[in-house]
Amino acid sequence: MFRNQYDTDVTTWSPAGRLHQVEYAMEAVKQGSAAIGLRSRTHVVLATVNKASSELSAHQKKLFKIDDHIGIAMAGLTADGRVLSRYMRSECINHNFVYESPFPVGRLVVQVADKAQVCTQRSWKRPYGVGLLVAGLDETGPHLYQNCPSGNYSEFMAFAIGSRSQAAKTYLERKFESFMDCSKEELVRHALHAVKESLQEEDLSSANCGVAIVGIGEPFVILDPKTLQAYIESLEGGKDDQQVKVEAEEERPAAIIERQGTAGGGGVGVGAEGEGPTDMET
Amino acid sequence: MNPSKVELEAHCIDHNAKLVCLSRDPVCQVVFHFHGLLSTSQTQFSDCRGRSLDPCAIAAMDFSNFQAPGMYPYHASASKQAEKSYVDHPIMGPHSSSFTLMPSAPTTHTQYPYVTGTSVLGIKYKDGVLLAADTAGSYGSTVRYKSVERLKPVGKTTVLGASGEISDFQAINQMLEQLVTKDFMWDDGNNLGPVEIHNYLNRVMYNRRNKFDPLWNSLVLGGVKNGEKYLGVVTMIGVHYVDDHVATGFGNHLARPIFRDEWRPDLTLEEAVALLEKCMLVLFYRDRSAVNKFQIANITDGGVQITEPYALQTNWSLKAFENPTAGAVGSW
Repeated sequence: MFRNQYDTDVTTWSPAGRLHQVEYAMEAVKQGSAAIGLRSRTHVVLATVNKASSELSAHQKKLFKIDDHIGIAMAGLTADGRVLSRYMRSECINHNFVYESPFPVGRLVVQVADKAQVCTQRSWKRPYGVGLLVAGLDETGPHLYQNCPSGNYSEFMAFAIGSRSQAAKTYLERKFESFMDCSKEELVRHALHAVKESLQEEDLSSANCGVAIVGIGEPFVILDPKTLQAYIESLEGGKDDQQVKVEAEEERPAAIIERQGTAGGGGVGVGAEGEGPTDMET
Repeated sequence: MNPSKVELEAHCIDHNAKLVCLSRDPVCQVVFHFHGLLSTSQTQFSDCRGRSLDPCAIAAMDFSNFQAPGMYPYHASASKQAEKSYVDHPIMGPHSSSFTLMPSAPTTHTQYPYVTGTSVLGIKYKDGVLLAADTAGSYGSTVRYKSVERLKPVGKTTVLGASGEISDFQAINQMLEQLVTKDFMWDDGNNLGPVEIHNYLNRVMYNRRNKFDPLWNSLVLGGVKNGEKYLGVVTMIGVHYVDDHVATGFGNHLARPIFRDEWRPDLTLEEAVALLEKCMLVLFYRDRSAVNKFQIANITDGGVQITEPYALQTNWSLKAFENPTAGAVGSW
């Protein structure tokens, strides 16, 4: 496919000043099914396109909870992604052990980026073939970061990686200025719209996408298929004035939700006892 | 090297132990075999090839690089023989030390306090947290130093107060200084607050006690972060707790009962300072290692202020002080 005398090992420069092996690793990210992230003043939402490798198989897991305040979405080699997610989990748990406080997201991202960078400068290593979107909270509020196999990382308002992510990015670029004041539900719907853009022909359903949310006072949760389907249906029925029946939104450690605002309003629908349905606002 | 030094070092050695000597003098690359009781008269010396050596010749050697077995590095081929000539401590394992000739003896000089500070008090009040400590440093029961500041700010939101070994407190401060500086350098809006510092110190203290090498302190942490008041204690064995008012050492017996009677969550700054001063005075009257010179740290949302050391008015004309030895037969 690409034949090139400067691409046989990671540490060899091409005369054009490029590291081909590193670029191939970034190509692996582009080949993987898309992952999307976006944030408001209070929440970060991650969404993924889930593609099964065969009719008979399940899809690879692409959303991972790292800690109560951090989660990731990945595109590319999920096997490499799991290695990084294990590393991130252990860093968080160690930080929590020593300081009894959550690990600041930005610092974790830097550590992961440093780890990835080492692989671009050692002849006996290979870069990670995975791109990460890291969603998390710290003292300064919600954050969305992207980690790249090259060791680069950036913070974003909204971003998409993976195959056909350009379509999702175009959607996000068009809308991101309104994201800051979005409610959690609006953010999820924007995420699903973006996922739809990246989807090939297929129709959006809880079987081919995944959504996860983290926000101030709310621990990171990956939406269960039922809740997700409710969101998807609310998209289809025309954009506005729709109300999603969000049923008892996953179990949550009580300690963390104590400051959670009363998100539910006068919404209709069935809810678990004590937790009302949530409004879908515009 | 004089012969008496050889004897001095020799009686630290187990029977039949071997000493490896690395000398600047190439002739002296020898293993000394000690046999029998370790007095010079009963000690035989031989070199690595088993030839016996004249004790007088040994006395003339340069022992400046003297090494006992197990105290590596050594380079002589003779070292191979020496390797098995001592036994590791059954629990502590091989032990290295730069100055003792006892290869398996653990360091003990860090395991007892030398210069110590007495109680630290801390209370929450309406707008923040106050800590108080005097400035005495006692060498055993001698009040040896009079101006040791035992309240130190850690970052922008926390003050650490220490009783116990002063040098350990200084070591802790250096450690925290480094920690806080690194944290500051991230410059990302996240800062170590009193909760984090308290937990970190707890881990350090407990870890050191597990090494049987504790940091000999009781530490009080006071801080305010995002309007949240925090007051906690960590001890030298890793006991840790938070409370509305705390004390270490004698303060636990003399000050806390007063706190229990008089403390309220809505104390004003003036009332809180008065309460602390009352307790500090009681401690000064009754704790022989306390001095009438102390500091108060005030931590609020606005930051940290620590007063210069100051003294309180004392009154020794109380009836009980007039003839303190009355009734104590045999007292001076």
